[in-house]
Amino acid sequence: MGGEVTALPVAAGPAGPSLKVRLRRAERARQWRAFALVGPLLLFLAFTFLIPLAGMLWRSVDDWEVPQVLPRTAAAIGGWDGAGLPAEPVYAALAEDLMQAYRERSTAVAAKRLNYAQQGFRTLLMSTARQLKAMPPDGGARDALAAIDPAWTERSTWAAIRGARGPATDFYLLAALDLRRDLDGAVVSAPEDQSIYRDVFLRTFTIGAGVTALCLILGFPVAYLLANLPARQSNLLMIFVLLSFWTSLLVRTCAWIVLLQSNGIVNDALRWVGLIDEPLRMIYNRVGVYVAMTHVLMPFMILPLYSVMKGIPPAYMRAAASLGAPPAVAFVRVYLPQTLPGIAAGSLLVFILGIGYYITPALVGGAGDQMISSLIAFYTTDTVNWGLASALGAVLLVATSVLGVVYGRLVQAGATSGGLKS
Amino acid sequence: MAVGDGTAALVRFIGVQKTYDGTHLVVKNLDLDIRRGEFLTLLGPSGSGKTTTLMMLAGFEVPTAGQIVLDGRSINTLPPHRRNIGMVFQNYALFPHMTVAENVAFPLGVRKVPKAEIADRVANALAMVQLDQLGNRRPGQLSGGQQQRVALARALVFNPQLVLMDEPLGALDKRLREHMQLEIKHIHETTGITVVYVTHDQGEALTMSDRIAVFNDGIIQQIDRPDALYESPANRFVANFIGENNTLDGTVEAVERGLCRVRLAAGGAVTAQAVRVETVGARTVLSVRPERVSILTGADADDGTLNRLPATVRETIYLGDHALAVLAVPGNEEFMVKLPAGAQAGLDPGRAVAVAFRPEDCRALDPA
Repeated sequence: MGGEVTALPVAAGPAGPSLKVRLRRAERARQWRAFALVGPLLLFLAFTFLIPLAGMLWRSVDDWEVPQVLPRTAAAIGGWDGAGLPAEPVYAALAEDLMQAYRERSTAVAAKRLNYAQQGFRTLLMSTARQLKAMPPDGGARDALAAIDPAWTERSTWAAIRGARGPATDFYLLAALDLRRDLDGAVVSAPEDQSIYRDVFLRTFTIGAGVTALCLILGFPVAYLLANLPARQSNLLMIFVLLSFWTSLLVRTCAWIVLLQSNGIVNDALRWVGLIDEPLRMIYNRVGVYVAMTHVLMPFMILPLYSVMKGIPPAYMRAAASLGAPPAVAFVRVYLPQTLPGIAAGSLLVFILGIGYYITPALVGGAGDQMISSLIAFYTTDTVNWGLASALGAVLLVATSVLGVVYGRLVQAGATSGGLKS
Repeated sequence: MAVGDGTAALVRFIGVQKTYDGTHLVVKNLDLDIRRGEFLTLLGPSGSGKTTTLMMLAGFEVPTAGQIVLDGRSINTLPPHRRNIGMVFQNYALFPHMTVAENVAFPLGVRKVPKAEIADRVANALAMVQLDQLGNRRPGQLSGGQQQRVALARALVFNPQLVLMDEPLGALDKRLREHMQLEIKHIHETTGITVVYVTHDQGEALTMSDRIAVFNDGIIQQIDRPDALYESPANRFVANFIGENNTLDGTVEAVERGLCRVRLAAGGAVTAQAVRVETVGARTVLSVRPERVSILTGADADDGTLNRLPATVRETIYLGDHALAVLAVPGNEEFMVKLPAGAQAGLDPGRAVAVAFRPEDCRALDPA
């Protein structure tokens, strides 16, 4: 939008501002007013959501501990090509850094970070710092450190420091996918016994997909009834759907604990009817997770489906019948395709909400049913490994965003197919 | 006119009744024969039972009592998809997720017609409605008139014995509506298919139909050819519903050879055709079409056979190809007379004139 627009001559005369400029002026007040209306919310979101989110994402690649605690080493080790052992000045830099860190009591910060990269590094760094009484003489740093611990003559020790020298690292992101860099910097899979995240991601997506499928199968008929019953009955039904929607997540989850436990209502009823002799185990395992999450997330499937179905006039099914289609064929070929936007919206909503679930699996699931959110919470609050917590969150965010984009494409494709003119 | 001779009837409604709430009959005792190959229009105001009748024939509503017979067999319990009746809906109901060609192929696909034959018949059907170029479009990309044609092609492509149309032109603008009326009429003529058409637009009914059944209050008031319906309405409702109509209240003084003498409630007397009058002394409503009335401004020649009433001009309305004069006559403050264009000159408001009409053009009908 340049200012030098040669527009049609306007009524104000050839000397007046161009049409575009005048339009922009006329629109400006309206734009400001619109901005003023959303401004407070925008500010609120920026401080409570966008900035923390960006901060957490940055933490997944931020490598600040070593550059801060061992600044000379971090600078010097950049010159090491990774082959053999670093040169003497690097040893000297480390010795000087360690002595300063020991005085400032900051060794533990770097030790913790380096311990992520290599087991036992905490002990090595802490004990070396403790035993390094005085600055070794010029040219003697390597021997001094090697004398304290022979690990200082191993390439992997230095590779770990080199990998953590900052300022940014892919260490956490790789770790979140059970990957790591070997001594030569190539990306390799983590050892079998240390690979957990891929399994947990897989479990998270499996539970998410399972809950989505259950919600769709159980919610579709309800949404159909809601959209097609007479107003009085559908309003009543809608209240039941919304009632569970409005009830606290915690209350609903706890209700399922009461219902599903060994001496709970469901087991008692099944035993009373005579279907089972021994109580079924339905809580603190995968069954409980599926049941509770499906119930909790059901409204997120029903409501989008309902809003789409409400817009499908009954004339379509009548038209299909008049053209000779039996009810089942009419449903599959005429009704179902038109509900696809609702199915997509509901499924996406349930799936995205589902893979972020934390409280419900924690309350009604067993040890093997915890989802990725519980790991993120664990690293955030228990071990304070924010880098890994952020990286796990980032992977989840990317997966969710990809789904969002796919959904956007689907909806756009659906929108061009047009609708009934009324 | 007889309802039908029975042998040519494709559809028979026999004593059909329909109620939704169990207290009020929407369709009362309907007896109707639909002849093979005819274009029958069900005409009436909303709530008259015409659409309910159509829906019962299509199978979307079940008669509360009576029989519907299609081609010799009762279809009361036959589900809609097995009736082989094509239907064009008010808003076309084209499936939005299918292309035009897929829409038209739908009834053939569900009948398991071979693929090659489907392609042929779809092409023919689209050619019939002049849409052969638009097979790959979606319904949402078509204009209202084009959608209407697709709906027509889809309802005809499987060669049903009967096609039902529920106010199919209601959503179109006037010019397009008139064009489509003729097009549907031509398709009916070339295919020879039986059409049952529902509308509340009397002009549409008059233009297209072989016969019109006028519905009111759940009852067929009259069923006849369009011209007969217009010229000889059987009762006051039909006279008012079809075309413009002037009414005058009166009492029958004498009945003789199909004509009757009626004393008007507001003074004066006229001679009229006795259509729905039984006895001398009974009240009646006279019906006169505006185009059958002339305005006498002076001492015009009058052989004495004309009915003549004093009138005052209230206003004239210019309508392009003709003009309308609104006059006050005793007993009717809005007596309308249709004039040729230009004949309204000199008829200034307030001028005292007379209106005249022949006894044959004045029909004595049932009282209000």
